[in-house]
Amino acid sequence: MIGIVNYGAGNIFSLTAALERLNVQYGMVNTESDLEKYSHIIIPGVGHAGTAMEKLKHTGLIDAIKALKKPVLGICVGMQLITEHSEEGDAALLSIVPVKTKKFDKSLNIKIPHMGWNAVNPKNNSLFEGVEDNTQFYFVHSYFIEYNPTFDIASAHYGLKFSAAIQKDNFYGVQFHPEKSGKAGEQILKNFSNLR
Amino acid sequence: MTKPKQMLSKRIIPCLDVKDGRTVKGVNFVDLRDAGDPVELAAQYAQQGADELVFLDITATHERRKTMIEMVKSVARQLNIPFTIGGGITELADAEALLNAGADKISINSAAVRNPKLIEELAKAFGVQFVVLAVDTKFVDGRNMVHLNGGRLIIELETENWIKQAEDLGAGEILLTSMDHDGTKAGFDCGLLHKINQMINIPIIASGGAGNMEHFTEVFQKANVDAALAASVFHYGEILIPDLKQELNRNQIPVRI
Repeated sequence: MIGIVNYGAGNIFSLTAALERLNVQYGMVNTESDLEKYSHIIIPGVGHAGTAMEKLKHTGLIDAIKALKKPVLGICVGMQLITEHSEEGDAALLSIVPVKTKKFDKSLNIKIPHMGWNAVNPKNNSLFEGVEDNTQFYFVHSYFIEYNPTFDIASAHYGLKFSAAIQKDNFYGVQFHPEKSGKAGEQILKNFSNLR
Repeated sequence: MTKPKQMLSKRIIPCLDVKDGRTVKGVNFVDLRDAGDPVELAAQYAQQGADELVFLDITATHERRKTMIEMVKSVARQLNIPFTIGGGITELADAEALLNAGADKISINSAAVRNPKLIEELAKAFGVQFVVLAVDTKFVDGRNMVHLNGGRLIIELETENWIKQAEDLGAGEILLTSMDHDGTKAGFDCGLLHKINQMINIPIIASGGAGNMEHFTEVFQKANVDAALAASVFHYGEILIPDLKQELNRNQIPVRI
């Protein structure tokens, strides 16, 4: 059963709706003891990374999240939170994965935010099982996670190459929105719920 | 200079005009016809490969807000692609209720013209990605002028200036409807769309005039817009989305298939 960290950064209606369509059970994580109740944890998030980090701090859950040994999935800003730092609000983040979150630069001749469906190139990773190379996912973000071959498990291109998904040990993050990415996105959520 | 590698797909967006919980489409914004149940239609479009959906509540009034929220929730439960809600959003509370009901974006039009600060407030509260500015424009005496109330009211505001200002205030995307082309099925207003697209650094959705598949190819090739929106050609099955995607793909336009 999946626990969703409920820290007030964005709406989770779409995420819970997607889990319901997949018949994956879920509940909310509000306290440290809630973390014990679930086999898998999702950290959602939209909006400003610095603000999201402040909200997460207010829950008092940070140390407990960092100590988790069960599968954890950060989505969008939730993914950015598990990195070291974001240029958005010059914010220090959870530092679970030693990579940085940077701002897309207009000089790359791209529109910002990166909004829409983009091809993803996954590496051989359980989270992407059954997902073909160049499958498209739905992205909405103005900040990206720098590509690092050690932690990257799926890359994408928008002006430059960046990480669409990262992993370190039991911590996973996806920049795209699996709950909005059609069947491919549902496959990711399904795969995550099956991780051991 | 080599163009940076960029694989972002061009989006195809069916637009569902909603009145009293049912889908309708106006020809030149009058003469409404009933085209079905929005939730069912939405699920069908997602199945067919639509990249996104827009719902416009064309008769949004305060008492209808509740009906709208219920519809948004039903849509969000069924739909696995993003969708935008527009119509009758005049304050932060409206937007927040829609966000919590599962809407990915909201589109604002008249309320933003009357109170441009609304764009800024919405962007600050929910992020620029949540705020779509819809603009209805018409060519009048040599100028492109903003129109309100579904095109019935002309405003002393030039379209180009308004869009530029909206981008600065924090609009995350522009939905530009050409009133001169809407309902004609004679093609999108590529000239104006190209001009506006050159001015801004946020995504732009072309709307108004789609009649056949070539029109979509044309608007992506000539105006390089990020997305193209249409209603009746999709609702009445004149264009099937899988066929359209194949056609665009044949013309080297990046799409999600």
